[in-house]
Amino acid sequence: MRRYLAARLLQALGVVIFVTTFAFVMIHLAPGDPIAAALARPNITDAMRQEWRTAYGLDRPVGEQYVRWVANTARGNLGFSFSHRRPVRDVFADALPNTLLLSGLGLVLSFAIGIVVGVVQAERPGSGRDRWLGRVLLVLYSVPDFWLALVILMVFAYRLPLFPPGGMTDAVMYEYLSPGGKLLDRARHLVLPVMTLAILTAAGVARFQRGALLAVLPSDWMRTALAKGLSWRAAVARHAFRNALLPVITLFGLAVPAFATGAIFVEKVFSWPGMGLVVVNAIAARDYPLVTAGVMLLSVLVAACALLADLAVAAADPRIRLG
Amino acid sequence: MGAASIGHRSDSSVRGRLVSDGRVRLALGVLGCVALVAIFAPMLAPYDPRLQLDISHLQSQPPSFAHPLGTDTFSRDVLSRLMYGTRVSLTVALVAVFLSATFGTMLGAIAGYVGGAVDAIVMRVVDAAFSIPAILLLIVVIALWGNLSVVTLTLLLAGVGWFTISRLVRAETLAIRDADYVVAARALGASGWRVLTRHVLPNAIGSAVVSATLSVGNIILLEAGLSYLGIGVRPPTPSWGNIIEEGSTRLSDVWWLTLFPGLAILVTVFACNALGEALRDALDPRQLLPAHDDAPIRMNG
Amino acid sequence: MTPPLLEIDNLHTFFYTDNGVARSVDGVSLHVDAGETVGVVGESGCGKSVTALSILRLIRPPGRIEAGSAIRFEGKDLLTLDDKAIRQVRGNRIAMVFQEPMTALNPVFTVGDQIAEVARIHAGMSKRDAMAKAIEMLRLVGIPAPEQRAYEYPHQLSGGMRQRVVIAMALVMNPALVIADEPTTALDVTIQAQILELLADLTRRLGTSILLITHDLGVVAENCSRVVVMYAGEVVEEATTPDLFAHPHHPYTEGLLGAMPKVGGTAERLATIPGTVPPPTVWPAGCRFRERCAYAWDRCATEHPPLYQIAEGHVSRCHLAAEPERRAHPHQPIAAQPGVTAA
Repeated sequence: MRRYLAARLLQALGVVIFVTTFAFVMIHLAPGDPIAAALARPNITDAMRQEWRTAYGLDRPVGEQYVRWVANTARGNLGFSFSHRRPVRDVFADALPNTLLLSGLGLVLSFAIGIVVGVVQAERPGSGRDRWLGRVLLVLYSVPDFWLALVILMVFAYRLPLFPPGGMTDAVMYEYLSPGGKLLDRARHLVLPVMTLAILTAAGVARFQRGALLAVLPSDWMRTALAKGLSWRAAVARHAFRNALLPVITLFGLAVPAFATGAIFVEKVFSWPGMGLVVVNAIAARDYPLVTAGVMLLSVLVAACALLADLAVAAADPRIRLG
Repeated sequence: MGAASIGHRSDSSVRGRLVSDGRVRLALGVLGCVALVAIFAPMLAPYDPRLQLDISHLQSQPPSFAHPLGTDTFSRDVLSRLMYGTRVSLTVALVAVFLSATFGTMLGAIAGYVGGAVDAIVMRVVDAAFSIPAILLLIVVIALWGNLSVVTLTLLLAGVGWFTISRLVRAETLAIRDADYVVAARALGASGWRVLTRHVLPNAIGSAVVSATLSVGNIILLEAGLSYLGIGVRPPTPSWGNIIEEGSTRLSDVWWLTLFPGLAILVTVFACNALGEALRDALDPRQLLPAHDDAPIRMNG
Repeated sequence: MTPPLLEIDNLHTFFYTDNGVARSVDGVSLHVDAGETVGVVGESGCGKSVTALSILRLIRPPGRIEAGSAIRFEGKDLLTLDDKAIRQVRGNRIAMVFQEPMTALNPVFTVGDQIAEVARIHAGMSKRDAMAKAIEMLRLVGIPAPEQRAYEYPHQLSGGMRQRVVIAMALVMNPALVIADEPTTALDVTIQAQILELLADLTRRLGTSILLITHDLGVVAENCSRVVVMYAGEVVEEATTPDLFAHPHHPYTEGLLGAMPKVGGTAERLATIPGTVPPPTVWPAGCRFRERCAYAWDRCATEHPPLYQIAEGHVSRCHLAAEPERRAHPHQPIAAQPGVTAA
C-alpha cells in the first residue's frame, strides 16, 4: 500500500512537472515574447519594451528563467493578466469557486444518473431496454458539448423562456431581491448549465458502468453467488455492483478531464464566470499569461482528481489496501 | 484442430457478425452519404458558399424553398456552406486520424516489442498526456501561435490523437510477443522488424482499427469545438464548428444556423461511434461464447 | 426400493453459438443415492461440468437445457421449479464446490461475509448470528484462528485455505448433496489429498451425498463408490469403482486407466489416447470415440452404440459388448495414423 501510494504520488508529480514545463516551453517557443504580445501598442517604444524585459528577467538565460518560472508558479505567482489588469491569481480566485460549484453539482448528478442507468442496462444485457438505452446513450455520447448547450439554451431560455439565458445572477434585479429570492435566482441560473453538464457526463458514466458490470458478470464468483441461492438481481446488486464500483471510482478521476473540457464550453455558452470562461475570453484577448496559467491550473486540478480517485480505489479495494 | 482453421473460422464469423449487424449498415450508409457530400460538394451545393447573396441587406433568411437551411448573417446559403464545411471537417478529421493511428500503432508496437527504457519513456509520456484534456493542450498551442492554417491544425489534432491507439497496440504487442509462434519465428532468425510486421502488427491491427474508428468521431468533435471557440478552422472557410459559432450569437432568432451543422456533426460522429462499437463487438465476441465449459485439462503443461 | 436422491434423466444441454449448436450434454442419465459418492470422469469438453451446472440450472445463455430433460431431486423435478423454488434448493439442499477457489470467491467481501451470506439467505439469520455460524463453519473445515480469518479477504488466504472456505460455504445448510466440480485441480498435490479427505470426512459425518466431477481417476479410486465415465457429451460407461478398475469395458475407459500414472506425477496423463475430443458442434454420427479407438470397425461409423448392459450395475456404450471377439484384433486408431489430423 505504501509503495503504491509513493508510486502514485510520484506519477502525479510527474504530470505536474510535465504540465508546467509544457506551459513554459510553449510560452518561449511562441512567436514574440509575452511583453511584445501584451505591449504591441504603437505608442510604446522599443526602449520601454527593453526595460520591461529586463524587469521581468526575459533577457536572462532560458535555464534561469525556467527555474524562476517554476519557483514563481510554486508560490502561486502566476503572472499578470493584461486583459483584467490584475494578477492572474486574483482572477482565478474569483473564477475557481464558480467552476467548482458548477462542476461539483454536475459531477454528482451525472454519476447518480449514470450509475443507475448503467445498472439498469447491465442487469438484463441484450434486452430491449438495454439496447434502447444504449442507443440513446450513444447519441448523447456523440453530441458536441457546446452544441447541446446551445440547443438547451435555445429551447429553455429563448423558445420557452423558463430559465435565464446565462450568468450566475440576474444582472439588474439581483441586488433588490430578498435573501430567499437571491438563492432562488442563483438556483434558476444553475439549472441549465448543470443539466447540460450532467447529461453529457452521465452518458459516459452509464456506458462505463454498464461495461464494468458486464465485465464482472461472467466471473466465477457470480456463479458461486447464484449457486448459494441468491437471485440474479441480488447477485448483480450485491456482488457484481461492489466489484464494478471500483472502476467507476477510477472513472470519477478520469471524468474530470472531460469535465474541464465540458466546463469550458458550457461556461462559454451560459456566460458562467468560471475558469473556462476566463480561459476562453483570454484567448480572444490574447492574454497569454492568463491562458497558460489557466490551462496549467485546470490540468493540475485534473491530475489531482485522478490521484484522489486512485487513492479512493486503493482504499476501497481490499486487494490493494491489504495486498 | 490447427491454428489455421481456427483463424479462418473466426475471420469468417467476424465478417458474418459485421454483415448481420444493423449498426454497421446504418453507420456505413450515413458515412457514405457524408463522404459523397464532401467529395461532390461543388456539384451538389446550390450556391457558392462565400457568395453574399443579398449584400445590401445582409439579413438571415429562415429556411425556404430557395434556401432549404436558410441563409446566414452574411446572407450566404447555409446548405452550401454546410456542404463545403463537410469537406473541410471530414478531411481534417480523416487525415488527422490516419496520421495519428499510423504513428500510434508504430510507436505502441515498438514500445511493446522493444520494452525496457523505450517502453517506459513512451508510456510515461502517454500517461502524462492522458491526464490532460487534449483540448487544453490545443488551446495553449493555438492561442500562443495565433492564426494556424488548416494543415497545421490537422497536424496538431493528429498530435493529440495517438495516445489511446499506442497504449492499445502496446498491450496487444505485449500479449503476442511471447506467444509460441513469435518466439519460434525469432528463434528461426527472423529479424525484429520482420517479426513486428509479420506477426505483431497483424494481430494488433484489429484493436487499432476499432480505436481509429472511434477517434474519427472524437477528432471531429475536437475540431468542431476549437472552431466554435474561434481557434480552429477560421472563417470565411466554412467548417461545421465555425458555422455554429456564427449562429451562437443569434440563438434567439437565427436558430437554423446553430441547429443544422450540429445535427450534421451529431449524425456523423454517431455513425463513427456506432461503427467502432460494432467492429469492437465483432472482433471481441467473448460474451457470445458459452459462459461455462469444462476447464482445460492440465496435460503436458 | 427407495428412489435415488438425485436422478438425471436424459439431460440435454446445448449452447447456441455463432459456430453452430454445441451439444455439450447430449442425453446424459445418472443417479446419486443418499449418502453415496459418485464420480464423473472425462476429458476437458466431455460435458461433465455442464452436467454439474445443469443440475442447479446455472447454465447461462447462449446455453439452454432442452425440453425432454428431467432432473429429479427429493421428489421434485428441478427443471420445472420456478425461480424462487430453485433458489431454495441452491446452496440449501444442493451446494456446489467449484474448481478455482481464487475466482470462486468474491474478492471484495470478507470470507466470513461470504459464508454468512448462505445462512442469511436460507436460514434468515441476523447478520451477527450468520457471522457466528460462519466462524463455526471455518472451524469445522479446519481453519486455524477462524475468528480472525473470517474477517480476511480471499486474497489473504492460501489456495488450500480458500478451498476450505468454499467447502465451508457449501456445508452451511447441511445440504443433501454436494456437487464438487474439480475441487482440487487448481491446488498443489499435497493440498489436494487434504482437501479431499476433509470433504470425505465431513460428508460422511453429515451423511451428505457427493457428485464428484474430476478428470483424475486417482481421485475417483480413493473417494467414489461408483463411477460414471463421460465422453463427448454422453455417458460411455458406468460401474462400481472396483468393477470399473478391474474390468473396464469401454475402450475409452481402458485408455484412461492405461494413461494413469502408477506412482504420483501428473505428466502425460492422457497421452496414450491419440487425437482429441471432437468439437461439440459436430459430434460424429456413429460412435463418437471411433477415430481414437483401436477396435473400431465399420459398424462404429454408422451405428450409434446404445448403453449395453455388461454386468449387474455395469453399462458400456460400445459395440464390443455385442461383438466381443473383435477385442482380440486391435489396430492403429484413425487419429494416430500418419497424415491424419483430427477434424
